[in-house]
Amino acid sequence: MRIGVVTFPGSLDDGDAARAARIAGAEAVRLWHGDPDLHGVDAVVLPGGFSYGDYLRCGAIARFAPVMESIIDAARGGLPVLGICNGFQVLCEAHLLPGALTRNQHLHFRNRDQWLKVESTNTAWTNNFTGGQEILIPVKNGEGCYVADAKTLDALEAEGRVIARYVRGNPNGSQRDIAGITNEAGNVVGIMPHPEHAVEALTGPSLDGLGFFTSVLRALAGATAGGQLAGGQQ
Amino acid sequence: MTTQQDKPSGFAATDVLVNKFEDGPDTVEKAEKAPDELQPFADLGLKDDEYAKIREILGRRPTASELAMYSIMWSEHCSYKSSKVHLREFVAKVPKNTRMLAGIGENAGVVQVSDDLAVTFKVESHNHPSYVEPYQGAATGVGGIVRDILAMGARPIAVMDPLRFGAADHPDTARVLPGVVAGIGGYGNCLGLPNIGGEIVFDPCYQGNPLVNALSIGVMPVERLQKKEATGTGNIVVLMGARTGRDGIGGVSVLASATFDEEAEQRRPSVQVGDPFMEKLLIESCLELYDAGLVSGIQDLGGAGLTCALTETAAAAGTGMRVWLERVPLREASMSPTEILASESQERMLLIVTPENLEAVLKVAEKWGVWATAIGEVTPAGADGTPGRLLITWNDHVVVDVPPGSLADDGPVYDRPMREPSDLILLQADRAETLHRPSTGDELRETVLRMIASPNLCDKTWVTEQYDRYVLGNTVLAQPEDSGVLRLDEVTNLGVALSVDGNGRYARLDPYEGAKLALAESYRNVAVTGAEPIAVSDCLNFGSPEDPAVMWQFAQAVRGLADGCQQLGIPVTGGNVSFYNQTGAAAIHPTPVIGVLGLFDDVTRRIPMGFKNNGELLFLLGETRAELSGSEWAWVTHDHLGGRPPKVDLAAEQALGKLMAQASKAALVSAAHDLSDGGLAQVLVESCLRHEVGATVTFPADGESAFVQLFSESAGRALVAVPVGHEKAFVALAAEFGVPIAQIGVTSPEATLTVTDQFAIPLAELRTAFTETLPKLFGGSAELVNRAAPVEVEAPVSEGRSVTLELTEPKPGGPIES
Repeated sequence: MRIGVVTFPGSLDDGDAARAARIAGAEAVRLWHGDPDLHGVDAVVLPGGFSYGDYLRCGAIARFAPVMESIIDAARGGLPVLGICNGFQVLCEAHLLPGALTRNQHLHFRNRDQWLKVESTNTAWTNNFTGGQEILIPVKNGEGCYVADAKTLDALEAEGRVIARYVRGNPNGSQRDIAGITNEAGNVVGIMPHPEHAVEALTGPSLDGLGFFTSVLRALAGATAGGQLAGGQQ
Repeated sequence: MTTQQDKPSGFAATDVLVNKFEDGPDTVEKAEKAPDELQPFADLGLKDDEYAKIREILGRRPTASELAMYSIMWSEHCSYKSSKVHLREFVAKVPKNTRMLAGIGENAGVVQVSDDLAVTFKVESHNHPSYVEPYQGAATGVGGIVRDILAMGARPIAVMDPLRFGAADHPDTARVLPGVVAGIGGYGNCLGLPNIGGEIVFDPCYQGNPLVNALSIGVMPVERLQKKEATGTGNIVVLMGARTGRDGIGGVSVLASATFDEEAEQRRPSVQVGDPFMEKLLIESCLELYDAGLVSGIQDLGGAGLTCALTETAAAAGTGMRVWLERVPLREASMSPTEILASESQERMLLIVTPENLEAVLKVAEKWGVWATAIGEVTPAGADGTPGRLLITWNDHVVVDVPPGSLADDGPVYDRPMREPSDLILLQADRAETLHRPSTGDELRETVLRMIASPNLCDKTWVTEQYDRYVLGNTVLAQPEDSGVLRLDEVTNLGVALSVDGNGRYARLDPYEGAKLALAESYRNVAVTGAEPIAVSDCLNFGSPEDPAVMWQFAQAVRGLADGCQQLGIPVTGGNVSFYNQTGAAAIHPTPVIGVLGLFDDVTRRIPMGFKNNGELLFLLGETRAELSGSEWAWVTHDHLGGRPPKVDLAAEQALGKLMAQASKAALVSAAHDLSDGGLAQVLVESCLRHEVGATVTFPADGESAFVQLFSESAGRALVAVPVGHEKAFVALAAEFGVPIAQIGVTSPEATLTVTDQFAIPLAELRTAFTETLPKLFGGSAELVNRAAPVEVEAPVSEGRSVTLELTEPKPGGPIES
């Protein structure tokens, strides 16, 4: 399986996302922001960082990168896409996910090891977790406060599209403690904490982050075998 | 016309001269025609005899641009004119070392760590700018040191920041500290460099002169080492990166090389403004250029900007250089040639490129979206072998024509008068060992709680969680551990440990021993993780060199550091001197900050500081003496500074280091923590709280009192946790290396720190005392809960899902361990 990792100018965790994909057993393929060719990858990770210096608004410029046009099209067609941190911001700016990420409520960048509760496990990126499972993943962001209007938040909860919530403390003020969400089809996931930094005992607080990457491999294997992505109804 | 009242100072003064000529800038031709023109050299910080020397070198008066360049390059910051005679000690006493590939005088020292990899690291100051404008001052301090690392050919892989502020509760500290921390985080995080450690120290002596030092480390394939020499006649000089603006003009000569006075606030235009996004692109462009072999020479632009980069690259090669200044991309078109040469705009590099590679270089720059402009070319040295000249024109006006070596290498050198501070004898006689000590269990308990809540010893999470420690995915240990530990190679697990330490109080009491103690502490911090210390970098922060007492402190500290490195057998590979950390007559404590680099053949064997399992045996290594002078205890509980600092025994430090390296290789130890500020009490608290594991400690009845055991700051000590079954082997190993060892307790299943016959404190109580201080001083999550939570339109807040920010810190650390 080939997982593409996009590098925008200012992407920082792109190498780490590629490493995580490799550790999970995939082939990591680096994608360049200026190249619309997806090189036949089976899934895409939009990594953390400060794409285009976070100028204008986090993710607002990246959303118009040539590679994003291809990714937006492919995601609407079912390609599994994971946006981590800045990648989550890009997905919101691209309207693949609802809502927005705003300045942390306490106005500081915050980096800590954060407990999450996985809620929705019927997505391409979370199917290897169990519902209610608590996982420990580093969070590090300055603008990670998830906001949306009440109707959207209610709909996300009603449709089981909140994939994880912050537990034992909310690090940035996100509404309803939301750490990550998915689209209606379950193939596009955005998450603020960094699963790619919890994939090795030597460098991470846990190995919990691997679950996101093994999930997509499982979803892809299922899709190959059954002709359908795991992202749909289960 | 200017009058006496509105007489401009600093670099604005040079414009007076420029403006007097109606037909363009001051040129060499005009300098020859009007040799007696009065020049504002004193306003630029040049002395009478220095100005006379410039006239002698040029055989005429300098042009306005030349005058500015000399004032910059001959400033204390660039020329090291007061420190040079003392810094020679480092070279004279450098221990034999085959690892060093580049040393003092280069942008940063480089040491070889394996057959194919080398590491470069350096610590530098950005003190004055950070006081004037804390955010940008600190941010560009990070940017500057990172470019030094990049210029050597390395990919920067981490940063650290030793910081010193005035009293924690002083109103101005509440202005400076949050800005500095946000600046370091804002720049480093956006650059994608993990912040893996540092120091935060409060002392009233830093009130008007906070110390913002920044360290960066990089790694490279050995063959990628870059040179700064502008070799090769006809080669092209390329300026790459950000456009040049009016920021930071006069930074090194005005800000960094003079004592602060009341006008400091008006010097904000002298502080540079950073753009970390541009620096990130610059890093990636440079690394791509290195790997493609497209660069013949490279130098970063930092303090002294284009002036420094042009003269140093040419002087290093002995060549000349021809530069067309109007080609420099500007942010403001109206900039004068002098301003272009003096600008300290950030995120710029100067490349020397062969003509055939130029197109490829520009293509790489274009790929990453950075400006790259050919601004000049390398010209030959004289036919007789004399160095070439630096010729700079601006729209066909010759504004500079100088021998580059006269700027870069031939600056003035001063052997300034020195005198032991007159109060030192009295200060040393006022020993802390005579102060009233707590004696009962209750008093000791109260003292522990008071000490760990004091600003210097308390938990620093409020600061460190504003830094990204994870990016790049190779951080093995970061703050609050004794050292930052990084993996360099995912295949071999080759790794490094890095620590920076200094103690201004010790150095105030005895600068020679104080410098050695700082070296010893940094060395020990690296050694207790199991790494082998291999190299040193330093940032020497002092008051005004024009004060003989400060100069004496400086000379003593340099000698102490050089002697110490010689004894330990590890070289000083580079560093930085910061003088004029002084407001009025009051200088800061002499503050040598020492960085030590250690090496792991296999970084998976690193030893962390926290207790992980109960039932393990606690051993104290080293000898505890009643050494309280200069200690944190004397300062916190008696407001006392006097006496002589703890004795330093570098042979004992070395033995301790060898023991720890061996114990790490044999996997005998599960945790180890260096003893320094605050003594054993502090170490017990930190090691217990790291993973919520309690401990019970019993002191031998025939030894020093419990108070001395808990609060002495004797050097050469560490606390280690040894799993049952390994104790015999560990004790035997300690004996083999001659390290004094005493079993003082066990880790316990109870969440309590107990000192037998004295006191017991629940970990929760310790945590509260330890963690509350900084959030209370600088605001934190607690304050935020009182603010209006974001309003959820129309939706009732469901139970357990409202927007709340935690009041208590979650437990650090995770469930897994290696």
